[in-house]
Amino acid sequence: MKVIEKSGADILVEALCDLGVDVIFGYPGGAVLPIYDALFRSKRIRHILVRHEQAATHAAEGYARSTGKPGVVLVTSGPGATNAVTGITDALLDSIPMVVITGQVPTALIGSDAFQEADTIGITRHCTKHNYLVKDPAILGSVIHEAFHIATSGRPGPVVVDIPKDVQVATAKYQKPGPIQHKTYRPALKADRSEIEQLVDMLAAAERPIFYTGGGVINAGPAASQLLIELARVTGAPVTSTLMGLGALPATSPQWLGMLGMHGTYEANMAMNQADLIVAIGARFDDRVTGRLDAFSPNSRKVHIDIDRSSINKTVRIDLGIVADAGHAMEDMLRIWKARQHPKPDTREWWRRIEGWRAVQCLNFPKDDQVIMPQRAVRALWEATHARDPIITTEVGQHQMWAAQHFGFEKPNKWLTSGGLGTMGYGLPAAIGAQMGNPNALVIDIAGEASIQMNIQELATATQYRLPVKVFILNNEYMGMVRQWQELTYESRYAESYSDSLPDFVKLAEAYGWKGIRIEHPDQLEQGIADMLAHDGPVMVDCMVAKLANCFPMIPSGAAHTDMILQANEVSGTMDDEAKALV
Amino acid sequence: MHIKSETAERHTLAVIVDNEPGILARIAGLFTARGYNIESLTVSEITADKAVSRITIVTSASKPMLEQIVAQLDRLVPVHTVRDLTAEGPHVERELALVKVRGTGDHRIEALRLADVYRARVVDATTSSFVFEVTGGIEKIDKFVELMGEVGLIEVARTGIVAIARGKDAA
Repeated sequence: MKVIEKSGADILVEALCDLGVDVIFGYPGGAVLPIYDALFRSKRIRHILVRHEQAATHAAEGYARSTGKPGVVLVTSGPGATNAVTGITDALLDSIPMVVITGQVPTALIGSDAFQEADTIGITRHCTKHNYLVKDPAILGSVIHEAFHIATSGRPGPVVVDIPKDVQVATAKYQKPGPIQHKTYRPALKADRSEIEQLVDMLAAAERPIFYTGGGVINAGPAASQLLIELARVTGAPVTSTLMGLGALPATSPQWLGMLGMHGTYEANMAMNQADLIVAIGARFDDRVTGRLDAFSPNSRKVHIDIDRSSINKTVRIDLGIVADAGHAMEDMLRIWKARQHPKPDTREWWRRIEGWRAVQCLNFPKDDQVIMPQRAVRALWEATHARDPIITTEVGQHQMWAAQHFGFEKPNKWLTSGGLGTMGYGLPAAIGAQMGNPNALVIDIAGEASIQMNIQELATATQYRLPVKVFILNNEYMGMVRQWQELTYESRYAESYSDSLPDFVKLAEAYGWKGIRIEHPDQLEQGIADMLAHDGPVMVDCMVAKLANCFPMIPSGAAHTDMILQANEVSGTMDDEAKALV
Repeated sequence: MHIKSETAERHTLAVIVDNEPGILARIAGLFTARGYNIESLTVSEITADKAVSRITIVTSASKPMLEQIVAQLDRLVPVHTVRDLTAEGPHVERELALVKVRGTGDHRIEALRLADVYRARVVDATTSSFVFEVTGGIEKIDKFVELMGEVGLIEVARTGIVAIARGKDAA
């Protein structure tokens, strides 16, 4: 068969089509004009024009997180690429599969400080899983296929492919490659049987076991969440999860303890502290989870299942490390557990203690008839929408933690939040990406009035593509989490944390062609949410909430799980230097 | 509050990598980004088709950090294998140094005498100077350079450590 030569730009588009890409989030510019022309001519891939390249990356993350498919981004050289760096880093820390195509100045001009030249490969080397500069159109097709393989397999992550403009124009042959057998990159999926057997022995013998799960279970696909439910059922063990892992075990399960860590529940953190066996699955013992390391779960044996070997023993010493995909490992565990016909362990005494911690009702918050408590707003939102299985995105800050605490998730891939990097401005573009991937879903960005302004320009993107996303702002006129830390640590000296000169969000929404709704009083809360849901286009709700509410429970930086602050009256207002130095 | 430091031990790592552009930057950058330390780093192609390179890294780190360094290196896409030669057992470490020394009068004879003891070869000589080539472990070279300092050291160029495991098995 004779293969005709095509331009690099056409090869790129064809390779993307071969890989099943149906939507790209991007922004054109000089160094990607040949690719935009190829997209225009091919008409096979939908392009979503964002208003800022950072938003393209978060939209791709939202798309990826909610569909399980890789998100694809196309941006130009120089500022296009540098604007994308935040979202690329975000995807690296949260293990989101993403391929970012960046234009580059022509090969001959690289290194000459040409117009809109940036060293994209140098800049993104340490915020990608891998990156490529393609200097020959003949290898472009295979590089694109390899990039998708690397982005989506093993521990997923972002891959950048930088394509100089002359490589987009020059011609070469392209043929769809077969399955990729990479010469060095071979992520391990299945664990040794002996390791799983050892884990099953430990689980069967444990008196106070707990499953601590994370984003790895979500990344392992919806089947992995089903396996977790089954594993919880046969072992009777309680389950807690990280911020990234919410939704893997249904929040209505009696074995669900809620999120753990800095703003986790009392029962989850106390159970971690008192457990005799922790089984970590696809979670990475991040500092927000462990609190003070030398006081972290002092009397437990720890098993860690992770697809990334470098996550094991990184911060916490592990007794049994298992390098494997979360889904495969849980499947093997269940098979061995069932083959041995293990009876359900007697965990009654353990559950009696857990119920004691639960009785503290750590998520209770003060009632108020005059001002809307932010926690109440999140619960009202849950009441009104949970039957529709909504996809919830968030920005970063207090509202994010309240959403994580008070909005119960029943299924995976419904909770999209910036966990590792903590990127304000994530929620609106992520909601746009999620809505693109799930046209019939109800997608709500639970936002704060400060974060939402970081990518507010994306209101126009939703309007242009008629995406009915909802933005629900918990407006307390503060960068609430910064203010909370200043209250806890710096005797309420609120340096620069007041949200001054706020726009009128209702008018702003209307200016972009959205519906705007303001909720100011608790009596208006349910109706305001109903009005938001009744409108079939995009809606921005400006929900005025209690200005000085704090997010509790909280483990202050550098404190142990047992040193949780449960209520505002336990706040001293000062901290020693050791604690101040921690993030 | 004062910043605390951890006790570190010196380890030699052999990293086999695909010889792609930027691989050295990837590895060096990983060390700086994660706060690891490089005492020396050498790199050279080792296959006839020039497709594979061997990088020898001498680092000092605490035990848990060493485990992390190996795991983090292994995670890089173009890395074939990472071996901690120090942890794995007996291995040979060698470094080559070129040492330029003033050589006049009594110093000239003393320099030659010491060079003989250290099995250093004269690779350049003028009426007033020598360049010695000396190979060996780090300590031997350190000692030789120190002695030359007393004789009349002008400058030193060192390759950094290359290392290989003893016995028949490959890294």
